Amino acid sequence: MKKEGKKKIWSEYQKEIADDKFYFVRSCIRQTFFPGSDTAYLKILRDVLGKDVYEDPNHTTCTGIAYHTEVVPFSTIQTVVARNFALMRENGYENYTPSCVTSFGIYSEILDTWHHFPEEKQRTRDYLRKATGREFEEPANLVHTSDVIYKFRNEIAAKAKYRLVNKETGEPLKVVDHIGCHYSKMFPSKGVGGAEYPQVLAGLVETFGGEVIDYPERRHCCGFGFRQYFVQANRGYSISASKKKFASMEPYKPDLIITNCPGCNYFMDRWQYALEEMEGKTYGANGEGIPVLSYEEVAGIVLGFDPWKMGLQMHQTDIEPLLKKIGVEYNPDDKYKGPNGEDLGLPKGLKFIKD
Amino acid sequence: MIDFGYTPMPITVHNMDKADLSLAKWLAERDETFNHCISCGSCAATCTAGKFTDFSFRELTHSIRRGEISKAFSESEKCMLCGKCILVCPRNVNTRNIVMLIRKANQIFKP
Repeated sequence: MKKEGKKKIWSEYQKEIADDKFYFVRSCIRQTFFPGSDTAYLKILRDVLGKDVYEDPNHTTCTGIAYHTEVVPFSTIQTVVARNFALMRENGYENYTPSCVTSFGIYSEILDTWHHFPEEKQRTRDYLRKATGREFEEPANLVHTSDVIYKFRNEIAAKAKYRLVNKETGEPLKVVDHIGCHYSKMFPSKGVGGAEYPQVLAGLVETFGGEVIDYPERRHCCGFGFRQYFVQANRGYSISASKKKFASMEPYKPDLIITNCPGCNYFMDRWQYALEEMEGKTYGANGEGIPVLSYEEVAGIVLGFDPWKMGLQMHQTDIEPLLKKIGVEYNPDDKYKGPNGEDLGLPKGLKFIKD
Repeated sequence: MIDFGYTPMPITVHNMDKADLSLAKWLAERDETFNHCISCGSCAATCTAGKFTDFSFRELTHSIRRGEISKAFSESEKCMLCGKCILVCPRNVNTRNIVMLIRKANQIFKP
């Protein structure tokens, strides 16, 4: 099948993305591993685009990780999700935007369950009322935060200071887009572009001037897979999945991997380090690793945000080669300084790939 | 090198554009029933050798179709040539003859 034909088939997989008044929900792991990414998202939405984004200090994790590892039962996670929905309405919002793809999959799964099994929804109402005295309504619009950035990609590009272009050669950067499995593989209609050709990151990359690489293992899992990772004896499966992806993309010489899932971001970043330690193998050019960034970190770079204030030094695979390729003006001496300029010292026992 | 307590497995991606299918072609030219196999696994289920070793005729044909020729040669040595697999094959694949041909090919294909 020709690529145009495939694009046509998947082009009907579009979804409504709200314009404003977003209820923002954090990812439990992302704010720990890459604390600057959520901050960058809020800064882009509030300061650059002038949108109303509300973050409720009372909201909780969706408990998705515990659910997928069978620690939390389905009835419990439904009640936790219902509580977050209740908080959203109590604060006067109806557009729910989780920053985690696992959470987005959980919310989509639960809304679909309630659609097909109304008795589950009624039972959840009873549980929530008994536990908290709250009532909930489903969100009017449920989208992932990468959908929001995708929606406003042209506005961001219009205000961009840099483009995803190699400053020296003028060539577009080669970018691997990696979509989290739970974004649209479970419910293709919930993703922009469906399951096979999601546009949510590819569209962003192309708008910012980069070139998307179509490589054989493009839709392969990053290797997180919850129980493949959480049990140490199974971690060989996790790192093997990542290795298969890196080996598949290596011949295309990617300059950057962009992800929309906290787990993918984390594993594709950290497993490059682990593979280098285990096998002495790196998959980027010149013996370096391939930088892994989230969508709003990439948007933050092109908008000219300070990379260290976005927390890009928290990535184990060094991102400085990418900054140099784009021609980003930054101070390497500020890499390990705190928010008030204090010196945090070099990380101990941490080896960056070809730093 | 750091021992993390787990290791990555070898990559098992088969690039069929680059696979060496010379043995598959050679076998099909000499016994066309090789192409009749639907990989149902009846042969492996009834295999006496497979009961005591990890031999599987089904896996053997898969290896050949993936171009894993050296693996196919070593695996073919495990067959006891009892012929029970011929009796159960729903597609009348002449399995024993194919094993014999693989062993013969092992002599021819080797440098």
